[in-house]
Amino acid sequence: MWTWFHKLGSPPHFFRISGALLPWISSIAFLLMVLGIYGGLVLSPADYQQGDGFRIIYVHVPAAWLSMLAYVTMASAAGVGLVWRIKLAHAVAASCAVPGASFTFLALATGSIWGKPMWGTWWEWDARLTSELILLFLYLGYISLRNAFSDVSKADRASAVLALVGVVNIPIIHYSVTWWNTLHQGATVSKMAAPSISGSMLWPLLVSAIGFTLFFVALLFTRTRAEILMRERRTKWLTEVLEGT
Amino acid sequence: MSAPRTGFLLQLARDLRVAMRRFSELLQPLLFFVIVVSLFPLALSPRPELLAELGPGVIWVAALLATLLSMEGVFKTDFEDGGLEQLALSPHPLPLTLLARATAHWLLAGLPLVVLAPLIAGMFFLPWSALPTLIAGLLLGTPLLVLLGTVGAALTVSLRRGGVLLSLLVLPLMVPVLIFGARATDMAMHGETTTGPLYLLASLLVLGISLVPFATAAAIRISLD
Repeated sequence: MWTWFHKLGSPPHFFRISGALLPWISSIAFLLMVLGIYGGLVLSPADYQQGDGFRIIYVHVPAAWLSMLAYVTMASAAGVGLVWRIKLAHAVAASCAVPGASFTFLALATGSIWGKPMWGTWWEWDARLTSELILLFLYLGYISLRNAFSDVSKADRASAVLALVGVVNIPIIHYSVTWWNTLHQGATVSKMAAPSISGSMLWPLLVSAIGFTLFFVALLFTRTRAEILMRERRTKWLTEVLEGT
Repeated sequence: MSAPRTGFLLQLARDLRVAMRRFSELLQPLLFFVIVVSLFPLALSPRPELLAELGPGVIWVAALLATLLSMEGVFKTDFEDGGLEQLALSPHPLPLTLLARATAHWLLAGLPLVVLAPLIAGMFFLPWSALPTLIAGLLLGTPLLVLLGTVGAALTVSLRRGGVLLSLLVLPLMVPVLIFGARATDMAMHGETTTGPLYLLASLLVLGISLVPFATAAAIRISLD
């Protein structure tokens, strides 16, 4: 098992395996996303309280989930790269940042669009929206730090330290924002009281979440392959692979 | 047994002495703090009830910005003249040395903010009853701001223009300190008990003192490569 793991950690093997898996993952992701969106937009009934407005959750919830998953993936990969000096792990961490920031932005944008009919404003200093906003700032800081270094290996390690500091801080930030928000609860905000969701609404959400996650994996593979192409451009194995095909 | 402690104290004394020789540089962040704070009544309106309402938030944001402003120079000169490399090579543990550096920095850049706070509180018509909480909050919060700032400064020290980047990296991490600190003062103004947020700040400070120097040391070693 460990040899397999070590093999996966080497760029040539990853390049080969990910190249073979990528078409499968992307097509399954595409199918599940289409199914989830169709189920959410057409098959599931309208909410008795929110009407058709609630249907945005089929994009909003997967995006919010991935915004956090991407950060955790990025920090784990960064930690692995920092401790065991695996170059591929740094490439994975580098590939997580932009998709993660995009999903965070998507979660914020859909949350804001959802908030307009529900709360009556585009923006509400709701605890979850605020933590997502700060998460977006963390992503943007990570990306700017990475871009500030011209040396790739230095950028890798410096941004890895930042990602690890960030991942320790995220729960603290989240709880502080929640606490701040409960103290500042405006009278106009009517939160949905723990929506117990019915089955006909739930399955498209789960399908959509799995589809989005696989889409993220496909994106991650593609971006990591691009990183490998850039980082290993002077190596022999890569020229062999590229000229062989 | 006492070797790490002597190392810490020597480093602290050395940093304080070097900093005192550039006294006017020490005053700049403090001046910045006072000026920024006095801009708010000018931009908003000098009504006492409005200022008292905004006071805790304004003081905390200004303290945070003043701390950030002073952070860029923490490692800069030592990085340029090679002193930082010697610190990293020395037999004393680097995290402890950096903790000494952070302590010295807080004594010269953080503590004066706390001392100035009652004056600013008077300018913002904060009630006297809120003053102990404001000071306690700043005493617990500003070392934490300095510690978080050292990570950012260590990460950006080898970059030519790291100042703005440093703020981008560190500001999101400072959010909890800002929330607990400003909210504690706000609660004290409204006569509520403030032990909750103050204890949270204290526990964050303990967490910061124990963990942050290691992250800073890792960042310094990366920047020195």
